[in-house]
Amino acid sequence: MLTLDAIEIRQDEFHLSADFTVETGARVALIGPSGAGKSTLLNVIAGFFPPVSGRVLWDGQDITALPPAQRKCGILFQDNNLLPHFTAKRNVGLGIRPDLRLSADDHRTVARALDRVGLSGLGDRKPAQLSGGQQVRVALARVLVQRKPLVLLDEPFAALGPALKAEMLDLVHDLMDETGATLLMVSHDPTDARRIAPQTILVAEGRATRPQNTETLLATPPEALRLYLGT
Amino acid sequence: MAARAFAIRRGGPGFVAAALVAAVILGPVAAVLWRAGGGGWPGPADWAALRFTLTQATLSTLISVALAVPAARALARRRFVGRRLLITALGAPFILPVIVAVLGLLAVFGRAGTLNAALDAAGLPTVQIYGLHGVVLAHVFFNLPLATRIILQGWQSIPAERFRLAASLGMNAGQVMRHLEWPMLRAVVPGALMVIFAICLSSFAVALTLGGGPRATTVELAIYQAFRFDFDLGRAAVLACIQLALVTMAAIVALRVAQTGGFGAGLDRSLRRFDAETPALRLLDGTVLLLVALFLLTPMVAIVLRGGGAVLDLPGSVWRAAAVSLAVAAASTALALALALPMALAALRRPMIEAVALLGIAASPLVIGVGLFVLINPWTDPTRLALAVTALVNAVMALPFALRVMTPQLIDIRCDFGRLCDSLGMSPRDQLRLVILPRLRRQIGFAAGLAAALSIGDLGVIALFADPEIATLPLQILRLMGAYRMTDAAGAGLLLLVLSLTVFWLLDQGGRADADA
Repeated sequence: MLTLDAIEIRQDEFHLSADFTVETGARVALIGPSGAGKSTLLNVIAGFFPPVSGRVLWDGQDITALPPAQRKCGILFQDNNLLPHFTAKRNVGLGIRPDLRLSADDHRTVARALDRVGLSGLGDRKPAQLSGGQQVRVALARVLVQRKPLVLLDEPFAALGPALKAEMLDLVHDLMDETGATLLMVSHDPTDARRIAPQTILVAEGRATRPQNTETLLATPPEALRLYLGT
Repeated sequence: MAARAFAIRRGGPGFVAAALVAAVILGPVAAVLWRAGGGGWPGPADWAALRFTLTQATLSTLISVALAVPAARALARRRFVGRRLLITALGAPFILPVIVAVLGLLAVFGRAGTLNAALDAAGLPTVQIYGLHGVVLAHVFFNLPLATRIILQGWQSIPAERFRLAASLGMNAGQVMRHLEWPMLRAVVPGALMVIFAICLSSFAVALTLGGGPRATTVELAIYQAFRFDFDLGRAAVLACIQLALVTMAAIVALRVAQTGGFGAGLDRSLRRFDAETPALRLLDGTVLLLVALFLLTPMVAIVLRGGGAVLDLPGSVWRAAAVSLAVAAASTALALALALPMALAALRRPMIEAVALLGIAASPLVIGVGLFVLINPWTDPTRLALAVTALVNAVMALPFALRVMTPQLIDIRCDFGRLCDSLGMSPRDQLRLVILPRLRRQIGFAAGLAAALSIGDLGVIALFADPEIATLPLQILRLMGAYRMTDAAGAGLLLLVLSLTVFWLLDQGGRADADA
């Protein structure tokens, strides 16, 4: 269970407050206009950006001061999720051991993860030899081997076309089903939320709401969301 | 956002390296200042050296930049086969050993050179290269390309849209100059002037070979003479103080005025300049580029022609000196990299670290050399450490360039992968091994190439310290010239040229090979 307890974020003119709980195993979309602070909120949860006040808790334990790697979350950024000079295998292996001293068992785990995301036989390719969709699959395979109970997606599919993006969302959906991890994903497209996130947090006007039912929220949007959606 | 990325510990290796460099530069300077206390007030010869230094630096700078403006303009507004090659060749003087260029200039402009042979055949009086005009000629040879590259960058910084607008308004070349190019030149030229002036102030090898005598001695050369011929440490120290004050002032002004470095790549957008499409301007630009190319290439061709026959019959002493030079360059390059990498990493957090490396430019090699001699002398015979000191000083001299090459790429690596490394929990050691070193390979190779080429061609500290038993290749060439064995000198010069370019090319390619996008 992820809890944001009276979190206040400030950066120059920018301000955002958040106070909510996400149940274990939930899948939640963060929606709102650009510049509202969706990515910043994700960065606070991941530990890359300190809040001015408030606490981040995981299962009741205060993790506000922990460095990113010691938190229970795996994160995919908008880009640069893979190291270009490493093969797909090694990029996935980084999720098991960041020093890449992999055992025979670890290599088997990596191979299984690559099989699972549909990249059997492509493990020895470097990112430049893979398509955009395949690169995302490598990153997802790494999330899989990391076995973190919380997965954060900061629009890693933004550069993909609509069909490929839908395919990736479905893959994420299935992977989350298998691992039971909690998912928080930033999106500026309500169809993404409809597709895999039963709950949605609206980030707008300096505030992040608590998770609400996605269908209800989109059917009867409050003023701020209506302005953003243009409905 | 990547606040934690690439955590650098307080007192880490970067700070140790910076402290070491500061000690290597400031220690000798302090020793010189201490010795200078007993040196007394500068005499008439010292003031003459100061006057000559300022005169030759001013003339060299003005001529270099005055010629560079039309050359850069021609390169900016013309497209022709070989243009890229010419721009690349303009970067070559940076790794060209000074002594080789001097040999080339002597072959063309010297007493028995091509120019005098032609003048003589035409029944005209011959010219004399030694003295002020020889020193200025060599400085223009080295700095005209640098000035051209700096000013060309200025031209390329003017957005193509401006020229398009000018063309749609029907501006002619003069109006384009007034409205677009003149404001750019006013911003760029002062920086180019100051950078080149500062470089010319520290001229030693050029003044040593083409200057000399009471009328053509720079302060650096006077330090060498006071030290080498009179063994007057006090006077050498007084001169070193003058040099230090001079270059420090010039360097501070240059850093404030100069905006861009001289050897960046720059965008190369294709751009049609309608205003310059008149026959007269075409002829003008073509002539300017032809003359510049001739001026820069003829001495190099002369070295190849004169040295080509001699290179296989070179005396054993030349080959031994070449081996010594390679060993010194290897040690110097390894040291430069070992200092530059941790300093570049630490400079991500504390930009002041890079300023420490710049100290090496302000304190000239001869000043550091004299200071090291003063420091070493009470303990042991400094000539025994000649090669070690040369490698050390060369490494310190290459440091600012190595840092300039590495820092921008390090900043990019941190922006692109810093958060990824942190989210994966990589230790600083693993970040270095798995991310930074592989992604910095090109820059490390290029910096190593620069450091090795600078060291192999350097004729500075070694001239102060060396005894007759030992020599680097540039020093050996100097000795051959002193003995009027010009054919051997040309052959050794060609050997040095080949070594310097080969070493640079090999190291630079080593960084590129198998590098990934």
